[in-house]
Amino acid sequence: MTQLVMPKIDKKILSNKETIVKKLKEITNSNNVLSHESELIPYETDALTAYKQIPLVVALPETTHEVSEILKYCNNEKIKIVPRGAGTGLSGGALPLEDSIVLNLGKFNKILEVDFGNRCVVVQPGVTNLAITKAVQHKGFYFAPDPSSQIISSIGGNVAENSGGVHSLKYGTTTNNILGVEVVLMDGTICRFGGKTYDSEGYDLLGLISGSEGLLGVITEITVEIKKNPQTVKAALIGFPTIEDGGNCVSSIIAGGIVAAGMEMMDKVLIEATDNFSKAGYPRDAQALLIVELDGTKSDVDELINKVSEIAKKNNATSLKISNNEEERLKFWAGRKAAFPACAAMSPDYYCMDGTIPRGRLAEVLKEINRLSKKYDLPVANAFHAGDGNLHPIIMYDANKEKSLEKAEEFGADILKYCVKVGGVLTGEHGVGVEKRELMCEMFNDNDIQQQLRIKKALDYNSLLNPGKVYPILKKCVEEGRARVHRGE
Amino acid sequence: MFTEENRNSQISQNSENSFSPDNELEVSKIVKKLYQENLSVEIIGSGSKRRIGKKLKCKKILDLSKLSGVIEYLPEELYIKVKACTPIAEIEALLKKHNQELAFEPLDLGYMFYGKSNKGTASGHVSCNFSGSRRFKVGSIRDHVIGFRAVNGTGDIIKSGGNVVKNVTGYDLCKLICGSFGTLVALTELTFKVLPSKENSNTLVIHELSTKDATAMLNKVASSSSDTSGAVFLPLEPKNGNYEQNIESLFKLNDLQYKGPFTAIRLEGSKTSIQERLANLKKELDLDGKEISNLDTYQSTLFWEKIKNLEFFNNSKNAVLRAVIPPSSCVKLINFLDNKYKYFVDWGGSLVWFEVNDLSNSSLQPIRQFILELNGYLTVIKHPDDQRSLEEVFTVAPDRLDISNNIKKSFDPKKIFNPGKMY
Repeated sequence: MTQLVMPKIDKKILSNKETIVKKLKEITNSNNVLSHESELIPYETDALTAYKQIPLVVALPETTHEVSEILKYCNNEKIKIVPRGAGTGLSGGALPLEDSIVLNLGKFNKILEVDFGNRCVVVQPGVTNLAITKAVQHKGFYFAPDPSSQIISSIGGNVAENSGGVHSLKYGTTTNNILGVEVVLMDGTICRFGGKTYDSEGYDLLGLISGSEGLLGVITEITVEIKKNPQTVKAALIGFPTIEDGGNCVSSIIAGGIVAAGMEMMDKVLIEATDNFSKAGYPRDAQALLIVELDGTKSDVDELINKVSEIAKKNNATSLKISNNEEERLKFWAGRKAAFPACAAMSPDYYCMDGTIPRGRLAEVLKEINRLSKKYDLPVANAFHAGDGNLHPIIMYDANKEKSLEKAEEFGADILKYCVKVGGVLTGEHGVGVEKRELMCEMFNDNDIQQQLRIKKALDYNSLLNPGKVYPILKKCVEEGRARVHRGE
Repeated sequence: MFTEENRNSQISQNSENSFSPDNELEVSKIVKKLYQENLSVEIIGSGSKRRIGKKLKCKKILDLSKLSGVIEYLPEELYIKVKACTPIAEIEALLKKHNQELAFEPLDLGYMFYGKSNKGTASGHVSCNFSGSRRFKVGSIRDHVIGFRAVNGTGDIIKSGGNVVKNVTGYDLCKLICGSFGTLVALTELTFKVLPSKENSNTLVIHELSTKDATAMLNKVASSSSDTSGAVFLPLEPKNGNYEQNIESLFKLNDLQYKGPFTAIRLEGSKTSIQERLANLKKELDLDGKEISNLDTYQSTLFWEKIKNLEFFNNSKNAVLRAVIPPSSCVKLINFLDNKYKYFVDWGGSLVWFEVNDLSNSSLQPIRQFILELNGYLTVIKHPDDQRSLEEVFTVAPDRLDISNNIKKSFDPKKIFNPGKMY
């Protein structure tokens, strides 16, 4: 495990554990308060398993009122809070601090209202992403954001991270698909941002809380917008002799005025890994594989598939398959969706990165990633949400080898810095968390970060909500004297 | 000697009380000075939306209209970066050359306010966040702003977002500035997501539905899988001297003769796709026995221009209000407004624009109360000139006021930007 600097531990809080547990047991059912080490271990990390820390206590409140009481108490006593959904985050956003209470929203697991008249569903944050679609699919509706974790990740976590997925090119990410939230602020204030209407008046606090990584408030209820299923969906599976050809094809599709429902690209390493793993029938001789999914009416989809096929041929495609039925379409996706387990089968450990770049720079960025792969002597496989420029290099390493994780992390950081250099950003959908915290200075200067910290302070004056996440602690880009971020204080 | 430093040390000033900076650095210097001297300032672009909200009594004016021009446009990357006060018409014209558009359909409020087109600037649209008829399909302005640069209330230059759509690096301040009416920052640069424009447009008009049937139909349309991109209802106008009767002349097209209230639904895309979806939609809506018309691309484009331009309220002497409600409550609001006010329904039943001839605190209060009870909100967009300071323009829930005040302070601690406009 690499050393991670976190905000200073408040020893007084540690020694006060008994009183804190007692107070929490007054607020919520005593079974909802976990304080023995064996109970706390499951909460020591999220899906970024490189970092681990057992929290002081875990609380699993059952009502908004309980959340409010807990936060109010913690605010008064200056106790840190780490909100947690399903713990599937990839950037360490739910990593506990030694002197923190982990607030697990797992008991908020009910779908409160399915409202077809207003095309929305009101849910508690612990409901899984996929459960929302399951609740409305009998009437032909679905919830559009589809992160690969959708079977297990909770909607509360999706809002906190502003999760995307393969269809975000056409349908947007979580922030574009929610109408309202109920939020509890650190001082215990319960408030609603948005509702069942579009674009609530006043400052767009709903937009601010989306993707704020649990730093501004605890989300206790969400109203999501649902959409009607498209009539027809088809996919094309296209192989290319070079990454450049694949990248050019993506650019030509977009320049041709086609907004695909999804456009996914994989490099040769991943084509072979996923095909071995899932027998998806991928063209193993290709250097790049593109899955283009199109949806709409039958004639729409047929027309677009023809256009895409023409564009692919012009860009030197070596293979082209069109799905003839739903089974085939799902088979095309099976390999892509198995990218992580396929990498796990190849390497003891892997580290998934998440930068976004202008689509046109893809070939250049992949070339640089391959150069870095040689430099660090670590293999890498690349999955790419090509439609919206979101790149997921998967770095393979063996944590048992000395300095291997450190090397993987440095490699990852170099990739993200390069993404920023070509006009992209540090993270497209996984969040900053603790993972990319110190890289924020690559994108933002002191003014930018100070403004964000002032917003944090406006909603959480004592910086108790999820401290140590998102904003740099080591002060690389934060001017001396102005910052309040020295070791998180 | 003329040096960059010398040039930057001068501050462009129109008059003693009005600044008109040439660049972002100048904006920063001016705001730093205003901050030090504790002077409030009204921020304006072209002034096309200046009449929205309460009349400001600021010491100074910050005219940002010189911050104009396209900085970068990459059609294949689907974004355009512009200086904040670039005229929206200029952006639209450039995008059109590349068969692209701002999919949120910027409104032209010029007709309503001045009786002629005045689309205003990019930052004006962002500051208001009023989106066109495609809202239920493509989102609003806040869903299309992907990056910005600005000067905050202490004079610091700040930025957020970037050139890419998928970005979760730091708080999403792009959302926050949309609809903030110039009360948080002075915008200097904006990056918009752009989308391919549609080749064809077709409008299905259904005549003489009752308000109940019309709103039910709008809701069906917005929930349809036929991929509709506009659904409006235009009712009968109140037959009295308080409101201009212009619906018949306004919506007179070759294939559309006004016979009474009508519902109009837009389909966009390729010709074959439109025909297929149109057939499907007619089945979904069960239109047997209903009188319908169909507008081809040319007429359909004209029709939706008129909707987008709010020509229904062309140069009206009355107040114009905007109510956003959950779509299933639309029928209740219409019943409340019917015959008293001139109105039309947009966004498939989620938005109602209406005109009130006797706006006063006492007449507005019950309307706002009714809309609040429907879990919606109401904005007074246009006041008759003599009443601008009378009314509460916005509806902001009390529990959000404190938070909003704190957010405001985090950007503009001395509250020098547009004080009283919204907060």
